[in-house]
Amino acid sequence: MTANLVEYRVGAVAELPVGEARAYAVGADTVAVFRLRDGSLRAVSAICPHAGGPIADGIADAEVVICPLHQHAFDLATGCSQTGQPPLTVYPVRVDEGELVVGVPAAAISNLVPGAGSTTGVA
Amino acid sequence: MERLVVIGNGMAGARAVEEILERGGRDRFTITMFGEEPYGNYNRILLSNVLSGVEDEAGIFLNSLPWYEENGIALRAGVRVERIDRFARVVRADDGSITPYDTLVIATGSRPYVPPIEGMHHPRRGYHQGVFTFRTIDDTRAMIRYARDHERVVVIGGGLLGLEAARGLQQYGVQVTLLHSAATLMNAQLDAQAGTILRRSVEHLGITVEVGARTAAVVGKDRVEGVRLADGRAIPCDMVVVAAGIRPNVEVAALSGLPVERAILVDDHMRVLDEPHIYAVGECVQHRGQTYGLVAPLWEQAKVLADQVTGRDRTAAYHGSRTATKLKVAGVDVAAMGLTTPEHDDDEFVVFAEPRRGVYKSVIIRDDRLIGATLLGDVSKVGFLMQAFDRGLPLPEERVRLLFDLGGPAAEESAAELDDGAQVCNCNGVSKGALVSTVHSGVKTLGGVMDATRAGKGCGSCKSLVAQIVEWAAGGAVEEDPSATWYVPGVPMDKPALMAAIRAKGLKSVSAVFDALAGGREDAKSKMGLVSLLRMMWGEEYQDERGARFINDRVHANIQRDGTFSVVPQMKGGVTTPAQLRRIADVADKYQVPMVKLTGGQRIDLLGIRKEDLPKVWADLDMPSGYAYGKSMRTVKTCVGSEFCRFGVGDSTALGIAIESRFQGLESPGKMKLAVTGCPRNCAEAYVKDLGVVAVDGGRWEIYVGGAAGAHVRKGDLLATVDSPDEVITLTGRFLQYYRENANWLERTYSFVPRVGIGRLRALLVDDSEGLATGLEERMTAAVAAYKDPWKEGADPATPGQFRTALPLLPLPRVPVREGGQA
Repeated sequence: MTANLVEYRVGAVAELPVGEARAYAVGADTVAVFRLRDGSLRAVSAICPHAGGPIADGIADAEVVICPLHQHAFDLATGCSQTGQPPLTVYPVRVDEGELVVGVPAAAISNLVPGAGSTTGVA
Repeated sequence: MERLVVIGNGMAGARAVEEILERGGRDRFTITMFGEEPYGNYNRILLSNVLSGVEDEAGIFLNSLPWYEENGIALRAGVRVERIDRFARVVRADDGSITPYDTLVIATGSRPYVPPIEGMHHPRRGYHQGVFTFRTIDDTRAMIRYARDHERVVVIGGGLLGLEAARGLQQYGVQVTLLHSAATLMNAQLDAQAGTILRRSVEHLGITVEVGARTAAVVGKDRVEGVRLADGRAIPCDMVVVAAGIRPNVEVAALSGLPVERAILVDDHMRVLDEPHIYAVGECVQHRGQTYGLVAPLWEQAKVLADQVTGRDRTAAYHGSRTATKLKVAGVDVAAMGLTTPEHDDDEFVVFAEPRRGVYKSVIIRDDRLIGATLLGDVSKVGFLMQAFDRGLPLPEERVRLLFDLGGPAAEESAAELDDGAQVCNCNGVSKGALVSTVHSGVKTLGGVMDATRAGKGCGSCKSLVAQIVEWAAGGAVEEDPSATWYVPGVPMDKPALMAAIRAKGLKSVSAVFDALAGGREDAKSKMGLVSLLRMMWGEEYQDERGARFINDRVHANIQRDGTFSVVPQMKGGVTTPAQLRRIADVADKYQVPMVKLTGGQRIDLLGIRKEDLPKVWADLDMPSGYAYGKSMRTVKTCVGSEFCRFGVGDSTALGIAIESRFQGLESPGKMKLAVTGCPRNCAEAYVKDLGVVAVDGGRWEIYVGGAAGAHVRKGDLLATVDSPDEVITLTGRFLQYYRENANWLERTYSFVPRVGIGRLRALLVDDSEGLATGLEERMTAAVAAYKDPWKEGADPATPGQFRTALPLLPLPRVPVREGGQA
């Protein structure tokens, strides 16, 4: 439901090295944004559902990221685990005027931080 | 169509029918089965699980009612056969029916043995109210119902069934007293000492046990009030369970004039003696004087019976079973086979007993063959023992190895003998059963199974066992894992071919390798190994791509379970100074380091450092990296050697520092942990290092390679004994470089050295039999010259945000740029 999408500018794309990821605070979520070698972007939740590993510190290729703690693999496009873990959340991500823009469903935000309107600005 | 009638719908009857169906019996016979119980067929062995609530009734059914229909079997459940007319070839049942047969199978099993105890029966009601036997699903239900609103139960019989009943009934909050007439529990399977230990374990569970206790009477007029023992003691109770054993159920056979002694007499074809059309199987048969109360012989009998009945194999014959049992009785692991005590003077009898832990093990050996074994509390060795017992395998010369896995390269436990529940990968908690079911689901390569289950992906020490199990589970159909020989899974080449291609094409970055050699297809799992290889091959010419490195190598620290890092500064040879220690202490204070720990490699570890603090910590420490994070040369552990130690015969400290200074930080296929020790007392543990140096008297040094003391323990092999520290450094350089160039990715020296062979390593590296030494030394010298302390990157990050945290971030106030659809 794109109608309820809230987008956030999280940082300059130039600050995100090719082939790596960085973690960003997006609303109440922490999101790992990957800049793949072909230049495309992927955004998934930054915390491994297995044991809380930092997904943004993982090694990625065009399809998967591998969590650095216990080598669980997740599909970057769908968030699905290839090693039997619950999935990561996938977020829409794009570049606007050199800045990374990550989308979060509005409903998810209001659920997560009820009344946090001052920081999230949910309409 | 011939008419096949089966009397008995228990495990033996149903199994026999299954075997017959498997041999095309459906096209040949119309099958009728009589079962006294009004159900399908269930696994009687698991009734104790139903009683204890571990399993529900539905879980123990082997064949539900639709199964009979699907296989065209007329099931007469709840109907009892009263007589067999073997001349008219019909069976008469209690519902008045008469069923003709061409072939008859008797599988009437056993019934509970109820000793003649006064007051057990009620004159009008059969058993006294509150008295139970334990044989059927109805018995189990009744016991559960009754136990729920009663308080004290006496279980008569301290064999397997009685123990199971006692343990199961505890779940319902009743006080349990177990009476056993013999002197020790389970005396049919266990010797006296084991029985005594089992009793202690059972008592620990809160069950009162009385041995040598013969029950004389059940007391109470309308309801049970207690039992009286033969010695006059009275035990109050309101429920009695009789589990005093079983007897073959042969009434119908005997009534019908079939040959019966203790049970129905059968020949090797499972045919009733002198009855061409009647077979019998299971607990109701007596074969060569033996009766069996276990399930394994029944399977063997059912096969032979089916071969004969269907004519599939007229030569099939049953020769009796060597029974071995492995079970959990009342929560205690028990395994027993063959004799319980030695019989001849020269029988070997090896016993280990540890009553406090409830562990007992014994083996009986005659003429070098295992003829009996008992295991209690710890049945880890049961797999081999059962095989040795069954097949007469040769036994280890040290008999104690039958009871324990001793250190060192123990005999490989074969895949087949492992229990399904046995944990194979202790890092990721993968059982043999999980591996087998993965193979059965269609994954037939080792790599595929490891990927799917993550077995072997922790410390890796179980890999060879995982490979054996995959091979065994695939039953020889294991597919050659083409990637097994590849250096990394994403580039289809082994290490020599890969190195040749990289050199020929001048590939200096990980993405260049993927582009040139893997069709442009990146593979995350291959990146780390390629980084290591390219750095080793190209030194300073290597073109770095940070994203290809593992996080530890991106930020030069070891990631911890909470996403923080550990920082270990270099401390060559484990030697430090007061000034260094002060600085470390100051850093620990300043950054509120949660833990400061001495490492096994004689260094100081600062644990719990946040990623963003790493550059500041390094700057404040002003010490080089100790490389406690990478697949690289880690540390050289030393003892104080001749300088201070009164035993030291060589200056191990100085040599250790020299080795560490020269080879610091070198990347390699696996970690390299080294040590130098000043005398053979081995205080620096040099015998169990990837490379260990030991000073021996006369100013000489021994060099050991391929040792390990991690998940795998191995003493290193002696590579050479040399006369000077310089020679040690030369040979160390040759060995490390040879290992770097030839070992597979993540192959530690403890695998590499045995794979190549110490003899060949001596020839190549010490005698220089193939003229490799000069090249090895030159390349090593170049690698050494390319050393740079990675912690210098703290002041000048390699990539933007190199040290940004990847942990959950506090939500910062940010203004959304846009709302609503922007499709």
